[in-house]
Amino acid sequence: MDKSCATTGNSGPKVRSDCQITLSLKNEGGISIELKSKVETLYGDSVRSLCLKMLRCLGIENAHLEVVDSGALPFVIMARLEAAVKKLTGTGMKFLPDFPEDNMYSTARDRFRFSRLYLPGNTPSLMINAGLHSADGIILDLEDSVAPEKKDEARILVRNALRQLDFRSAEKMVRINQGERGMNDLDSVIPQNVNLVLIPKCESPENVREVANHIREITAGSGLAYPVYLMPIIESALGVELAFDIARADESVVAMAVGLEDLTADMGVRRTREGNETLYARTRIVNAAKAAGIQPIDSVFPDVADMEGLRNNVAVSKALGFEGMGCIHPRQVALIRQGFAPEPEEIEKSKKIVRAYEAALSKGLGVVALGSKMIDPPVVNRAMRSIDLAVRLGLIDSEWRNESSDEIQQTS
Amino acid sequence: MKFNKQVNTADMSIPTVINAAGRAVPTEINGKPAIPFRGIGKYRPSGNKYGPPIPSCIDFPPDGNKVVATLEEALLRCGLRDGMTISTHHHLRDGDLISNSIFRIASLLGVKDLVWLPSASFPCNDPVIQYLEDGTINRIEGSMNGPLGRFVSEGRMKGTAVLRSHGGRVQAIQDGEVRIDIAVLVAPSADSFGNAKGTGGSSACGVLGYAKTDAMYADKVIVVTDNLIDVPCLPMEIEGNYVDCVVVVDKIGIPEKIVSGTTQITKSPDRLLIAELTAAFLEKSGILKDGVRMQAGAGGTSLAIGVFIHEILRKKGWKSKFGFGGSTKYMVEMLEQGQMEYILDAQAFDLESVASIEKNSGHVPYPVFNAYNFHSKGNLTSMMDIMILGATEVDLNFNGNVVTHSDGYLLHGIGGWQNCLHARNVILPLPLFRDRIPVIVDQVTTLCGPGELIDVIVTERGIAINPLRQDLIESVRNSGLPITTIEKLKLEAERICGKPSLPRFEDKIVAAIKWVDGTVIDTVRQIKK
Repeated sequence: MDKSCATTGNSGPKVRSDCQITLSLKNEGGISIELKSKVETLYGDSVRSLCLKMLRCLGIENAHLEVVDSGALPFVIMARLEAAVKKLTGTGMKFLPDFPEDNMYSTARDRFRFSRLYLPGNTPSLMINAGLHSADGIILDLEDSVAPEKKDEARILVRNALRQLDFRSAEKMVRINQGERGMNDLDSVIPQNVNLVLIPKCESPENVREVANHIREITAGSGLAYPVYLMPIIESALGVELAFDIARADESVVAMAVGLEDLTADMGVRRTREGNETLYARTRIVNAAKAAGIQPIDSVFPDVADMEGLRNNVAVSKALGFEGMGCIHPRQVALIRQGFAPEPEEIEKSKKIVRAYEAALSKGLGVVALGSKMIDPPVVNRAMRSIDLAVRLGLIDSEWRNESSDEIQQTS
Repeated sequence: MKFNKQVNTADMSIPTVINAAGRAVPTEINGKPAIPFRGIGKYRPSGNKYGPPIPSCIDFPPDGNKVVATLEEALLRCGLRDGMTISTHHHLRDGDLISNSIFRIASLLGVKDLVWLPSASFPCNDPVIQYLEDGTINRIEGSMNGPLGRFVSEGRMKGTAVLRSHGGRVQAIQDGEVRIDIAVLVAPSADSFGNAKGTGGSSACGVLGYAKTDAMYADKVIVVTDNLIDVPCLPMEIEGNYVDCVVVVDKIGIPEKIVSGTTQITKSPDRLLIAELTAAFLEKSGILKDGVRMQAGAGGTSLAIGVFIHEILRKKGWKSKFGFGGSTKYMVEMLEQGQMEYILDAQAFDLESVASIEKNSGHVPYPVFNAYNFHSKGNLTSMMDIMILGATEVDLNFNGNVVTHSDGYLLHGIGGWQNCLHARNVILPLPLFRDRIPVIVDQVTTLCGPGELIDVIVTERGIAINPLRQDLIESVRNSGLPITTIEKLKLEAERICGKPSLPRFEDKIVAAIKWVDGTVIDTVRQIKK
């Protein structure tokens, strides 16, 4: 392969919001740029000046750059060009897009993780509007959805996306690769205010600790103050057997997921719609997670067109004790959120508990009671979370406390 | 009215003036005087409607058989010669096999400087570029898409294009602004007397809602069919009394390109989100109600909105009084399941609607001439409660553009868009940006519809309501909907995409945009290379 020429990104009739960059280093002649852009009239000059500025910044003085642009946003162009330069020079220099303050936020350990939307880490068109679909979490995936030869450029793209895109308070998650490559992924993404890291094919507590320790090294070294939670994914028979140890391997583990595609492959069985072949694994993972005080999260449902199948899957999943599942398409989000949402009886009960709690607070009482029954603080917390969720899902009004006094009398 | 500098339109220098919308427009187009836009409802026409020459029975066979052997013979009998205006309708859409052949025949006969007046053009009409190049056609007065639009935008057409809405086209024909010398009207079924309809045969398109005006006002009318049936062809969407010749050919169109086998709602999660928001807005604002009169296009997002509206109507036990087509299977489902009483239809978009016209008594052909003509004693669009429309751009004053893209190239026709703006609630569901191109801009590249008539913009990142519609703003005040302002939407688009540069133009005017009353609302200028 020609060591003085590198190609990154994607182009083609179906590619949108991306660009393909071919960079050839030269010995002389300065920098020349050949741009073929769908948005030449509106952004041609701005693309050219961005590329020029970047190349200078990254120490490239003589090169020919070809850009085939299908409407890529600046953070995408930056990622593609940085990846091309890195391929050729191995430079460790970065060219970071802005990081607006609105995009920096932390999440709570016990927040709901009903729906988490998988996004392939090298497909910018799917990332740009991902935050609009009300998923609890957005997963930028560097693992199975990225071809091996695209891993390095995806890592840079995901890094830039984490800085630039507004995911609208969804928990920002990254699924890293296994092993050494996963550690490199962490170096790149952890400083970008990632909220949670998914550890794929986790088979031992050591896998978790290795990731946790590496994250601590990165955050300690750079004085980063936000928490980074972990969600190991169990995808093998061995992982299932060690689920409890994995769940409590590190204090930053907040949830544990099961990946049924790889698990059934590992077990040498066929994945069926009924899922009897993985019933043991799933119940074991649920139990291990509950025992460790973290959230058990179910696998994705692979058929986007089968909404009825998804509905059934969610019902079974919730009945087993799972507290969420993955989504491979935004269309699945609403149904999954509804499926895991509190049921009407649960909401009514939670309202009573919260009212009793608030009444106790206003009277200065330390003990909350509903009728003759004492209410423990975790139960109050859970009720508040149910109410919060019911409001967020639009199941009840945010002003539910102002409901007519008749109703309050009925409920008290 | 103040005069602007002299600019070149086509070959000669003629003055432009600033019209009531603040746009510089010529006072003369293709050698004919043109009236600058004076504001909405400000221009009042005078005089009489145009009338074609009086024909007589003595010139036609008493047995009523007007069949001639070929289209060429028919054109010659109709006196085809230099400078004539030839009209066609677009019911065969991208499957039209006849329009191009008119100009091929004319070219072979050495006829020059024709004016083509289609009710719309499609990619299948791209071959007419060669007849524009060889001088057979002087100009097109009608929509221009794809390569044709590019050809015109680059200043390569001899005459100046004139773009009119569907309603503007019938108004111009009725008023005599455009005089059709020969109308060539393809018909899926016709009899030898010239009665014709949109159903039957192998090229059925459902209805012929765009053909009526041409038949009534053209000097000569040729009906072309591939399905000659016995007299009488019923219903007579085109009446044989207007027809000079009937030509029978093997095939007038390619069926699968005439109607899509089936129209599909969008699969894009982002567009579905916009559709959901639009339906929620219609419900929460109270615009959607029992007896509602509605119209939406056949684009994927519009269809999804229709499906969501259907669900709301069903849930509430409501019924739409009528919907105006472009009909689709989704509208037919509303009709057949009892959530819509009538479909008034000017064109059918899919096979399900074509079938519905033949079997459902509530599915009725309704010509564009009756629905959209502004120079008429009232029209249908101002009676509609809900109008769902698209746009390539909308600006901070809610002005809309549908004919050019932000890079300045002509890429779409106006269709019924301008006419539909007169509905009571005009809603534009739009993505905030398309492949980095912001849809909300400072000022539209080409003005097609004044912002006074555009009420609501629904994007995936929020809903902006025209400040002129305080009633609507009030109606959704505590609805929980993401209501924002057009300014904020524009800023958000620019934050994501960057501030775009503007296209640069030459002085030469390549197209004039007419308003529904025949006045000139804007122009399109040649792209600067």
